[in-house]
Amino acid sequence: MALDTLETLAAPPLPATTRRRHLLDVDDWTPDELHALLMDAAHMRGVLAQSERLDTLRGRVLVNLFYENSTRTRVSFELAGKRLGADVTNVTASGSSVEKGESLRDTVRTLQALGAQIVVVRHSRAGAADLIAREIAGAVVNAGDGWHAHPTQALLDAFTLERHLGSVAGRRVVILGDILHSRVARSNVWALTALGAEVVLCGPPTLLPLAAVEMYTSRAVPGTGTPRRVAVEPRVERALAGADAVMVLRLQRERQQAGLLPSPREYTARYGLSPEHLRLARPGAVVLHPGPMNEGVEIDAAVAHGAASLIEEQVTNGVAVRMAVLALLAAGRMVESES
Amino acid sequence: MSETFLLRGARILDPAQGYDAHGDLLIRDGRIYALGPDLAPTADAAVVTLPASWVLTPGFVDLHAHLREPGFEAKETIQSGAAAAARGGFTTICCMPNTQPVTDSAATIAYVRDRAKDAPARVRPIAAISKGEAGKELAEMAELAEAGAVAFSDDGRPVSSSRLMRSALAYAAPLGLPIVEHCQDEDLVGAGVMHEGAIATLLGLPGWPAAGEDVMLARDLALVRLTGAKYHAAHLSTAGAVALVRQAKREGLPVSAEVTPHHLLLTDAWVAGERSGPLADALAALGIAVPPGARYDTATKVNPPLRTTDDCAALLEGLRDGTIDAIATDHAPHTTVDKACEYADAAFGISGFETALASLLALVHAGRLELPTLVAALTVRPARAWNLDAGTLAPGAAADLTIFDPDEPWTVEPGRFASRGKNTPLAGLTLRGRVRQTWLGGRRVYDVGGEYPSF
Ligand SMILES: [Zn+2]
Repeated sequence: MALDTLETLAAPPLPATTRRRHLLDVDDWTPDELHALLMDAAHMRGVLAQSERLDTLRGRVLVNLFYENSTRTRVSFELAGKRLGADVTNVTASGSSVEKGESLRDTVRTLQALGAQIVVVRHSRAGAADLIAREIAGAVVNAGDGWHAHPTQALLDAFTLERHLGSVAGRRVVILGDILHSRVARSNVWALTALGAEVVLCGPPTLLPLAAVEMYTSRAVPGTGTPRRVAVEPRVERALAGADAVMVLRLQRERQQAGLLPSPREYTARYGLSPEHLRLARPGAVVLHPGPMNEGVEIDAAVAHGAASLIEEQVTNGVAVRMAVLALLAAGRMVESES
Repeated sequence: MSETFLLRGARILDPAQGYDAHGDLLIRDGRIYALGPDLAPTADAAVVTLPASWVLTPGFVDLHAHLREPGFEAKETIQSGAAAAARGGFTTICCMPNTQPVTDSAATIAYVRDRAKDAPARVRPIAAISKGEAGKELAEMAELAEAGAVAFSDDGRPVSSSRLMRSALAYAAPLGLPIVEHCQDEDLVGAGVMHEGAIATLLGLPGWPAAGEDVMLARDLALVRLTGAKYHAAHLSTAGAVALVRQAKREGLPVSAEVTPHHLLLTDAWVAGERSGPLADALAALGIAVPPGARYDTATKVNPPLRTTDDCAALLEGLRDGTIDAIATDHAPHTTVDKACEYADAAFGISGFETALASLLALVHAGRLELPTLVAALTVRPARAWNLDAGTLAPGAAADLTIFDPDEPWTVEPGRFASRGKNTPLAGLTLRGRVRQTWLGGRRVYDVGGEYPSF
């Protein structure tokens, strides 16, 4: 069933078939699970469009534990939780809620003692979500950990692409920019390749991770055993040729100070997604960006706001996908506590 | 107090003398008196009969350990570290100077030696190369040598300055003691916390490239060529480093090297909970299950980092052909708090004394390493590399012995370690081969049977 058809059905979504306790990454998700989640998300978009509220998480306490500032992701989870009826609390490391010097482990144990049943965590360190998942009885949603993973971003990107391309299977998706330091890129490779897309990682050689092709291709898609299709291509012209979608990553200025790049100017000229670069892709190719954008650095304003851009829609879809994820975990917990 | 023991029945293996046979060992007044088949018991000798399946070797010599005292007694003390050493069969342990204060003065050397007086292992301090291990000015090396230092190292803080390294080598040469380098180009390695490769890409952790070790070692070898001084490369972890040491030895440079059990046996995949590599293969071949571990298990965080199966193979080859002289534990105990955090923030190090032998024996059981080579790398080879008076059962030598059952299975339970550091990636795994007794100067300092103090 097409995703936009599902949006018109007002019925609350059926929880996906598999139960999951946490969402740490999507590396171990099967294509069936991904498709089920995307269908749930389509239902949720319908719920959002009709300004409905569900009571899936009524009486549950959801804590947004954010060690890095990210207003857009935090608000997205907050809205998703509230739409599902959860009690949502935000804890930010910059505020007084997280004691200085208190370990992540202790913070999480405290939150659990205070009744947190779902912890959504954003942290600068890879593995932080895994660490929390080992400590608490509740559910953990990884909202981004270091360079490692950002699974809800990958799911919302996959959802956005499937809505516009019909299916990503057999499509060529280019992830363009600082792949080395990108959790968005890493999680997207898992999700998109599991859905059958070919993913091309493109960026300056200094910003490409080592042995990426070897690593991804040695880890077949769970459930089907299909090999993942991943390529690394530092030459932007070759990468973009025939692309059905381009996902542009944010460029951090400190890469220049670290000696990884000569200048933002040269980066923009070589790797920025300009209208000229975009013309190398297939006609009708779409453009994504996880935000926040540096317009004029990694993406030209004309592209960011042009016809091919799905960037604003990504934000809307983010809430729907996060609702689907939270509902899935809540269902998983219910099954588990009954057994 | 004259005490005489006759140890009978075990396989006696002393690579220093090329001795490998079932036989008897006579100990008198803390020293080896005689070794051979069917020694006649003297009237005063207490006879200790050992099973024929057990192996009796010289006490193990560890060129690289962190005992943390003074300064970090929550991690380890000289007493708890020596007790852990005894449980692991080590009777001579060389401790690194990255203490608080740094062991860069005769007074701190004296403190360490005093604290170790009654310890169940011989503790031989390594002094710092530079004052405070700050890499700026040489420590008072001549005085440190006189005070009893066995080597010099800024371990943990590699000597980045080529100029200072040259000075250290030149200055130490007439003292006859080796300069020990932790080979790490800090600028290249940066914030790296695990081997740079596919697994670091998988986990999104900053990589520590193999070249970071090779670059530093190549520089050091050039300086050894320049100065002619004795040089020892600590904990080799890369295939490139093995090749460099092999070449240096061919040239006749006065170079020695060590490898840790974990670099021989474990791979970077362990950081992802995927337990591949020589130990997992060997245990699997023995029919011992190796369940998957946890992702980001900070017990796998060590410096230099666990590397690839190819590196493990090169290290083993280097050990077998003599390129690598010694197996050293780099015993690096830490508190639970030091490790119970995000991977990038966790302390580097593995508590190694109490699992070293059992993990290494997996290679022997799997037919990848000969037992005499393993024992030599734990005894005579390290002793000769640093001219230590240890590592042999030759008559007249101190009666420091290790007696182990090469086949006994046991499960690693860090909670039962004598070491204060419970940080081991082997927790919960079953290994085959266990130290039964450790003797120091003719005295039983550890007995797994519990009849004697089992620390
Ligand atoms: Zn070291």
